[in-house]
Amino acid sequence: MRIGIPTESRIGERLVAATPKTVGQLVGLGYEVVVERGAGASATFSDEAYEAAGAAVGNAADAWLSDVVAKVNPPTDAEVASLRPGTTLVAMLSPASSPVLVDDLHARGVTALALDAVPRISRAQALDVLSTMSNVAGYRAVVEAAEVYGGMFTGQVTAAGKTPPARVFVIGAGVAGLAAIGAAGSMGARVRAFDVRPEVGEQIESMGATFVQAEAAQQAVSADGYASALTQEQELLTQQMYTAETADADIVITTALVRGHAPTTITAEMVAGMRRGSVIIDLAASGGGNCELTVPGTAVVTENGVTVVGYTDLTSRMPQHTSQLFGTNIVHLLQLLTPGKDGQLVLDLDDPVQRGMVVTHDGEVLWPPPPVQVSAAPAAPAGPTSEERAAATAAAAADKVRRRQRRSVVLALLAVLVLFGISFAPAVFLGHVTVFVLAVIVGYYVISNVSHSLHTPLMAQTNAISGIILVGALLQIGDDSWLVTVLAVIAASVASINVFGGFLVANRMIRMFRKDA
Amino acid sequence: MLTSVAQAVYLAAAVLFILSLAGLSKQETARRGNVAGMVGMALALVATVALALEGSERPVEVTGSLILVVFLVGSTVGTWQARRVEMTQMPELIAILHSFVGLAAVLVGYNSFLTEPSDPAHLVEVFLGVLIGAVTFTGSIVAYLKLSTKISSAPMVLPGRNWLNLGMVVASGALLAWFLGTGSVWPLLLMTVVALALGWHLVASIGGGDMPVVVSMLNSYSGWAAAAAGFMLSNDLLIVTGALVGSSGAILSYLMCTAMNRSFVSVILGGYGTAGGTVVAADAELGEYHEIKPPEAAELLADARRVVITPGYGMAVAKAQYPVAELVAKLRARGIDVRFGVHPVAGRLPGHMNVLLAEAKVPYDIVLEMDEINGDLADTDVVLVIGANDTVNPAALDDPSSPIAGMPVLEVWKAARVIVFKRSMATGYAGVQNPLFFRENTSMLFGDAKDQVEHIMLAL
Repeated sequence: MRIGIPTESRIGERLVAATPKTVGQLVGLGYEVVVERGAGASATFSDEAYEAAGAAVGNAADAWLSDVVAKVNPPTDAEVASLRPGTTLVAMLSPASSPVLVDDLHARGVTALALDAVPRISRAQALDVLSTMSNVAGYRAVVEAAEVYGGMFTGQVTAAGKTPPARVFVIGAGVAGLAAIGAAGSMGARVRAFDVRPEVGEQIESMGATFVQAEAAQQAVSADGYASALTQEQELLTQQMYTAETADADIVITTALVRGHAPTTITAEMVAGMRRGSVIIDLAASGGGNCELTVPGTAVVTENGVTVVGYTDLTSRMPQHTSQLFGTNIVHLLQLLTPGKDGQLVLDLDDPVQRGMVVTHDGEVLWPPPPVQVSAAPAAPAGPTSEERAAATAAAAADKVRRRQRRSVVLALLAVLVLFGISFAPAVFLGHVTVFVLAVIVGYYVISNVSHSLHTPLMAQTNAISGIILVGALLQIGDDSWLVTVLAVIAASVASINVFGGFLVANRMIRMFRKDA
Repeated sequence: MLTSVAQAVYLAAAVLFILSLAGLSKQETARRGNVAGMVGMALALVATVALALEGSERPVEVTGSLILVVFLVGSTVGTWQARRVEMTQMPELIAILHSFVGLAAVLVGYNSFLTEPSDPAHLVEVFLGVLIGAVTFTGSIVAYLKLSTKISSAPMVLPGRNWLNLGMVVASGALLAWFLGTGSVWPLLLMTVVALALGWHLVASIGGGDMPVVVSMLNSYSGWAAAAAGFMLSNDLLIVTGALVGSSGAILSYLMCTAMNRSFVSVILGGYGTAGGTVVAADAELGEYHEIKPPEAAELLADARRVVITPGYGMAVAKAQYPVAELVAKLRARGIDVRFGVHPVAGRLPGHMNVLLAEAKVPYDIVLEMDEINGDLADTDVVLVIGANDTVNPAALDDPSSPIAGMPVLEVWKAARVIVFKRSMATGYAGVQNPLFFRENTSMLFGDAKDQVEHIMLAL
């Protein structure tokens, strides 16, 4: 089958659905690939590079008349019209908010797969373009902020005085938020972050940011991995926290999108409370914006000198890597759809991942899909409370003490018994026992210091030393009974193998250890 | 006169042995320790040969030539073995050497019984010496066979095996009473048979992954056997040396057990899966794993700043330590910080991985222990898990119902990316599925570890 990669028609779009690298992977799956002339130009991929990777370069019609058409943005009406019935279209279709497009695709008789409707289960991660886009957007948000913000991110101490690090406040620790935290942190900013889902606190902290606690404002773990809307009381508390945090921050990056809808997190009042020169980057601008002052698609400066950036094309601003990641998502999807790796696309509607993405197929509208059991949220938030845990620790400690006491008593009894037994033993034996006990104790202290990495040579060495039994055997060789002599010779021989073998092999190993020169 | 000189020399030898083991505590002094041991042994042997010749009841020439034969056999076979053995075979060599000590202890015990007067204390010493020696002998042979894969390393499960062991111990006790009562050789012979069977059964019922504990335990036994021989021969040098070796092996076994969070008794009396843990329960809902190819892995490594490699027994099996070392050298030449994290029970012998890496010329100061590296794993870009499984299993910390719950593990999943080298999706020694493989930041690289590492190097 043939996969067509058309040029994106949306004004300003610089992405492309396949890069030379992913084309190679698609060809490896058995597909023919046609790339529209110049499709990758604005993402820095030349037609020659595509050809070198195994694609044919053709005109728009070649791409649109393929068996599978893969693109980034939803098709325009004209583009839908140029699809052949029976074609499989792979793109971000946002089927939930564009019923007209779904109807058109249905009427056209195409099989449409919405890349932005991948169910949130872990095995579908590899094809989730929303994660990809959010990740890039989060990173780019920091880059935009750095450009607008009139200062350095990292704190500096120079001969000319010192500058404090930038204070960045990130709202929402989804993929985009975490990417922003990581990017800002690695530039040296001091990052604080908040999310209504308490379970992401650990992730925030693992990225090196401070998790802003607002206990009452946080909600229980969501069943489907997305944040849900807040109650009124939570709303109020969150507002107070936002007011304090934004006033303190140089840069605010807000990423709250609940299923395509952007709740207001930053009111005009909060913006008024921010310092002159601060920056707000609104990653939810496409959904209307989290900030009341956001103008989607552009940057505005408020009366008090706060810049509110509402770009909606952050991912297009890094076309090379975004296209690469997006293209890889498509490759993963086609891997799933091409079980035979023979270039034949097979749709399995029993697979919840595929079913979730299919919008129209075989003359039927299959949107919305049945709900999928999601595994995005960690399954067991209902762990023991802190009191229970404390009680358990205390019990364990008490148990340990009791066990130690019991062990001491047993040891003491044993010692008494042994001493009792020894005092009845002959004097020679007593002398030997003394030597033995002291040697065991010396051995314990000496061996405890041995570095773990030398344990194998240690075993070889102790092996050789325990060949000391050779001493006993040698002394028996001279006995006048031949039976004893024969046994002694055998014993001495094997023991001497031990002595020689053990020392030499220990030596060989020890010599191998070398320090970094 | 000669006896006194010999005693003095023995004392010197004992001191040298202690210094020798003390020297082994650090790489810098390890060679000195090795030499101290050799010198001590040479001194002891010279003194003993002199004593043996003086006390000989046969013509001195006969005794002398027999001793010469002994040394010839020992030096040729021993040297040949030491030269030929590959580092991956080290566990087998150590095991077979233990069996020699066991065999020698049994024979020396019999000789001591035949030649010396039979007062009760001596009889007890002989009996114990032979018992420990025999258990060490067959136990080490089974360990050797298992480690060299001449027999299956799976635990042998006989019905009521713990009762069987107990029965053999009780039988030995009864035979001791008979032996003390009559001083006849029969109970001693019978006990030897029982002890040989006990040693065999004890080790046969322990599986491959518990071998580090078993080998250390046998190391310890071989020491106790030498000490017992010292008691029956009234030789303090044997007692001191045996006690040193015995406690050394015991400490190693203890360390291995702590590293697996298991008690010594539970290791000896039964492997995993027999204790009634929920072995298969964790299989549900682990999701899918992600596969990765060597070129992509090479790309990840090339872009990384900090890389940690956690090797396991699989690396030894695939003999992948050489390409791994080359890969490390290559990455380090690019300025990437590469270190190794070794779990105490990785491999089949305490410290096995360290020796393999040292053999491949990996500098020992980048080979760290679990406790040293665990704190740094969160800052690591890529972790390569080569042939390890249970030692990197997050279930040990997360899942209280897991059979390996509580075992300290290398927390590799905290790193940004984990690449697991593995032949297939089969479970590790403990038979537990590893949730690590299904984590989002984990990629599986299937195939022979050695080949795959070489492919990565080509792609770099």
